[in-house]
Amino acid sequence: MVQNDTMISVSKVDKFYDDFQALTDVSLTVKQGERVVICGPSGSGKSTLIRCFNGLEFHNAGTIVIDGIEVEEGSKGLRKLRQEVGMVFQQFNLFPHLTILENLTIGPMKVQKISKAEAEKRARTYLERVHIPEQADKYPAQLSGGQQQRVAIARSLCMQTRIMLFDEPTSALDPEMINEVLDVMVELASTGITMVCVTHEMGFARKVADTMVFMEAGRIVETAPPEKFFTNPESERCKMFLSQILDH
Amino acid sequence: MAARAPTGAKKFRAFINSVPVSVALYLLVIGTIIWSAYSGAQSMGYNWQWYRMPQYFYTLTDDGFQWGEIMIGLVKTIQLSVTAFFFATVLGLLVALLRLSGLVIGTAVAVAFLEFVRNMPILVLLYLFYYVLGPVFKLDRYTASVMCLAVFHAALISEIFRAGINAVPKGQWEGATSIGMSKGQAYRYIVLPQSVKFMLPPMTGEVVHLIKSSAIVSVIAVAELTTIGRNLISDTYMSFEIWFTIAAVYMVVTLALSIGVSRLEKKYAVQT
Repeated sequence: MVQNDTMISVSKVDKFYDDFQALTDVSLTVKQGERVVICGPSGSGKSTLIRCFNGLEFHNAGTIVIDGIEVEEGSKGLRKLRQEVGMVFQQFNLFPHLTILENLTIGPMKVQKISKAEAEKRARTYLERVHIPEQADKYPAQLSGGQQQRVAIARSLCMQTRIMLFDEPTSALDPEMINEVLDVMVELASTGITMVCVTHEMGFARKVADTMVFMEAGRIVETAPPEKFFTNPESERCKMFLSQILDH
Repeated sequence: MAARAPTGAKKFRAFINSVPVSVALYLLVIGTIIWSAYSGAQSMGYNWQWYRMPQYFYTLTDDGFQWGEIMIGLVKTIQLSVTAFFFATVLGLLVALLRLSGLVIGTAVAVAFLEFVRNMPILVLLYLFYYVLGPVFKLDRYTASVMCLAVFHAALISEIFRAGINAVPKGQWEGATSIGMSKGQAYRYIVLPQSVKFMLPPMTGEVVHLIKSSAIVSVIAVAELTTIGRNLISDTYMSFEIWFTIAAVYMVVTLALSIGVSRLEKKYAVQT
């Protein structure tokens, strides 16, 4: 069955903030292990869309099914779903009152109820993965932005997620720190995890994306593999957007 | 001329702020207040008897050491305040969580409670507890006092909790939610620990406020500090000495508390 391959299935989704329509008739399918990069001008609904994937926001019409669980406000599967779907935020959202190690262990210990020793072992493995094992006992405020964002990635991975969502993970970073985060994301992409990434980093997109999605005004305008997307996009709007962010 | 005026003002300011002048001015102000009180008392023929005061703090006789009535009253005041503060905090947190729950009925109940308490003089609230709820639920005067103080301060404390919780950035909720935490877990492990630093200063103010407002229960004759003061005066007629002393005892307790907590805050501030 092809259905078994599908990780994220979005069908005819509408989303309103009061009178403002943030998403209009959005449909998208992401297969297991697929790496999708969503781009588009600000206010086009990219963040809103991926925030609907783990129920930080809820859509008003249509259906979103993640790994066989339908995302619905107040549904019982929601917490289980959030453990499978990691999210990395623009502003990191690390817990400032906890050490790096505690940031990574609190989810597995309190949500998945595993032992402290096991959680710490897991945390150290993932800190190793994001190349900052030596920062385990510091507090988030003592780390640079790039390091904090890598901790945030590790925190999500510690829940042993099957899907990672990135919401403009490098937009709040100083330019010299962007690459260290992107490098970690590229390495992560090679592990076969399913990734949906909202970003303007087109170099990164070219490198890892299986599918490019272009959104504007709450609609998906174009979906294409990167080779086609970057060289020969179909819509005029997409061409213009690309020329604006690529021609420098 | 224009350039000289500010230097003149600056010099004057420096003169006023210099240590000997400051001390002299301070002593002058305090001295005037004390002297006017003293001379007022003198002119009405008041007979000062400060030497009789120590026995109300403690006595050392052949029977051995014994705490005096003021100290017993102070212990009662502290006991009353601590108990009331405990219940006020629990109730206040509940009200704050109800208000923040997003449930219409929860908010309505919390707001009704808040408005009821905030728009009622504490003396009337005390009478309600003692003369109305007291006979109905068989409350003794001490229990009625604790409940009145707890309910009154729970309203104020719930607002401190609410402000403290709201001061934690929204991203913290999202971070907690995104790793699968329930609302309760997010409150317990992420949001409340972070709101402590926002709540500590106003909370201290609230404890001081509570200790002071506990004096109100003297009207239903709970044997705390203020009641002891009234009783001593009716026995001795030394109203000046005793009220000055009672005031000083309250101040020592509340000042010690404020200073202690501000130390604690500094320690906290360094740590994070």
